[in-house]
Amino acid sequence: MIQVKNITYQIGKKELVKDLSFEVKPGELLAVLGANGAGKSTLMKLLCREITPVYGDIMLRGQNLKQYKLPELAKIRAVLAQQNTISISFVVNELVMMGRYPHFEHQPGPHDAEIVKKVMEETGITHLSGRDYNTLSGGEQQRVQLSRVLAQIYDCPDACLFLDEPTNGLDLLYQQQVMELARRLADRGYCVICILHDINFASRFADKILMLKDGQKVAMGAPLEVINCENIHETFSINVKLMACEGYSCPLVIPATIQI
Amino acid sequence: MSKKIKLILLLLTVLLVAVIILSSCIGAVAITIPEFLSIIAHKAGISDVVNFKAQQAAVLMNIRMPRVVLGVLIGAGLGISGAAIQGLFRNPLAEPGLIGVSAGATLFAVLVIVLEVGFFSKLNGVIGFYAISLAAFLGACMTTFFVYRMSTRHGKTEITTLLLSGIAINSLAAGFVGLLTYMATNEQLPAITFWSLGSLGGASWETVSGLLPFIVIPVVILPFLAKSLNALALGDAQALHMGINVVTMKRIIIILATMAVGSSVAVAGIIGFIGLVIPHILRMTFTADNRLVVPGSAILGAALLTAADMAARTIVAPAELPIGILTALIGTPVFMYIIVTERNKNKL
Repeated sequence: MIQVKNITYQIGKKELVKDLSFEVKPGELLAVLGANGAGKSTLMKLLCREITPVYGDIMLRGQNLKQYKLPELAKIRAVLAQQNTISISFVVNELVMMGRYPHFEHQPGPHDAEIVKKVMEETGITHLSGRDYNTLSGGEQQRVQLSRVLAQIYDCPDACLFLDEPTNGLDLLYQQQVMELARRLADRGYCVICILHDINFASRFADKILMLKDGQKVAMGAPLEVINCENIHETFSINVKLMACEGYSCPLVIPATIQI
Repeated sequence: MSKKIKLILLLLTVLLVAVIILSSCIGAVAITIPEFLSIIAHKAGISDVVNFKAQQAAVLMNIRMPRVVLGVLIGAGLGISGAAIQGLFRNPLAEPGLIGVSAGATLFAVLVIVLEVGFFSKLNGVIGFYAISLAAFLGACMTTFFVYRMSTRHGKTEITTLLLSGIAINSLAAGFVGLLTYMATNEQLPAITFWSLGSLGGASWETVSGLLPFIVIPVVILPFLAKSLNALALGDAQALHMGINVVTMKRIIIILATMAVGSSVAVAGIIGFIGLVIPHILRMTFTADNRLVVPGSAILGAALLTAADMAARTIVAPAELPIGILTALIGTPVFMYIIVTERNKNKL
């Protein structure tokens, strides 16, 4: 459960996030949409406590985010960042085991090994287990990182999971798989917040969509409520057409003529 | 995995013990291994049997042992600091020298050598004897503090800025050392040269006991940070997300590395190569996991430096070769060999 209450973040006089409020309940998947520079990543950093809001509060499970100790926080929320290059090379299963670091002091227990095995199955990377991380393709690396993040909160089903563009660099099949996984996790009770670029993915998998522009909320609500030409034009400055499609509850969005 | 790490650490320790015994036995006064064990047992009060000469015992206890122990301490300190700093900088090329530790120590040591007449010659006794060491340690701490302050803003240390400030301070110190060398008299020049090449020649139980805490504290604490260093390899933000207080950790590592390297340089001069290469050797032969690399670097560093010192004092006996020359001459080809093998391995 995350409550964001009137948060503002500014560097100098530039407000990167402005008076933003929203709430995500356990079991919900929130997709955050917005153009480049709309404040999505800043919002993510605020939620992760990499930076603290100048005004306003973020509440996690009813407690102010500021009051958590870092190791406590690590047990109840995990983050998949956008940039994931690593300096020292690790074997894949060691890297996934790192997700369990907040849970053990020096040596992982059998429970940790069990979880690592499960998340690797769930993300479909069991066959990469013994490989060197730096020899993997971008897409494989992304999935390894996702399993690491998942391992961190796997045994805490009401934890929060923040995904910063998790489908980046993945091909169509894996994009689909990652989003299905995010959906499954939300259904299990996780509170998932996911930054996405693909509006159709967002409307298909998310319970709620938050649209940002210049650090401010354009719209927030269920996909059917917020996905319309006006909101999308407001958020992305682009004209779109909506197309109903069989099997999809929400209409698909396709760009119309671009007016520059 | 963890069993494998324990096994490797055990093997490295066996290697270290072997090197210590060998190094204690070889020298101008020969001591056989049974004699060595007998002397140790006798001194420890375990055995009353005396099957060694008094001279052998005296040489071992007063000359050779302090030197071997000094080698072990300095090797361990340089090795473990190198591993920790490389982990911290997320850069395999990093070494403690980069944050200005050695440069500051050298500058202050040379300062003392060249300007000796003034202040330090008036200090008699122990302090006078240790003037160079004290000044070198002070210099190491001061430059590192300066570099750290320069690269820290709002409590956050920017690693790139830290590196750049380190490079800047290194050049500045090199400039001043050059100036001082230019000013130095003919009698002072050899002292400067010898100091900058490194030597364990000044070993005594006093230097050992003085150095001991500065090495033991980092060697005991740093392995506990190995897990966090692994997490740091994923990135600052990622480590933070995993519940690690990155700011505090950086500070602790810099302080401990400065302690170990600063005090080592103060006692033995500049001994290059160990801090840079030992962690690499472990990483390339076994694993990059810092739970092996950090403690392993201490043990392997100790073994290698002790072995190098043994060579340094026997190769050209009765004279002595500066150990810095040896570590570079023997170590570099070994390192290059490892790089090439590693490169070929990755090609396949």
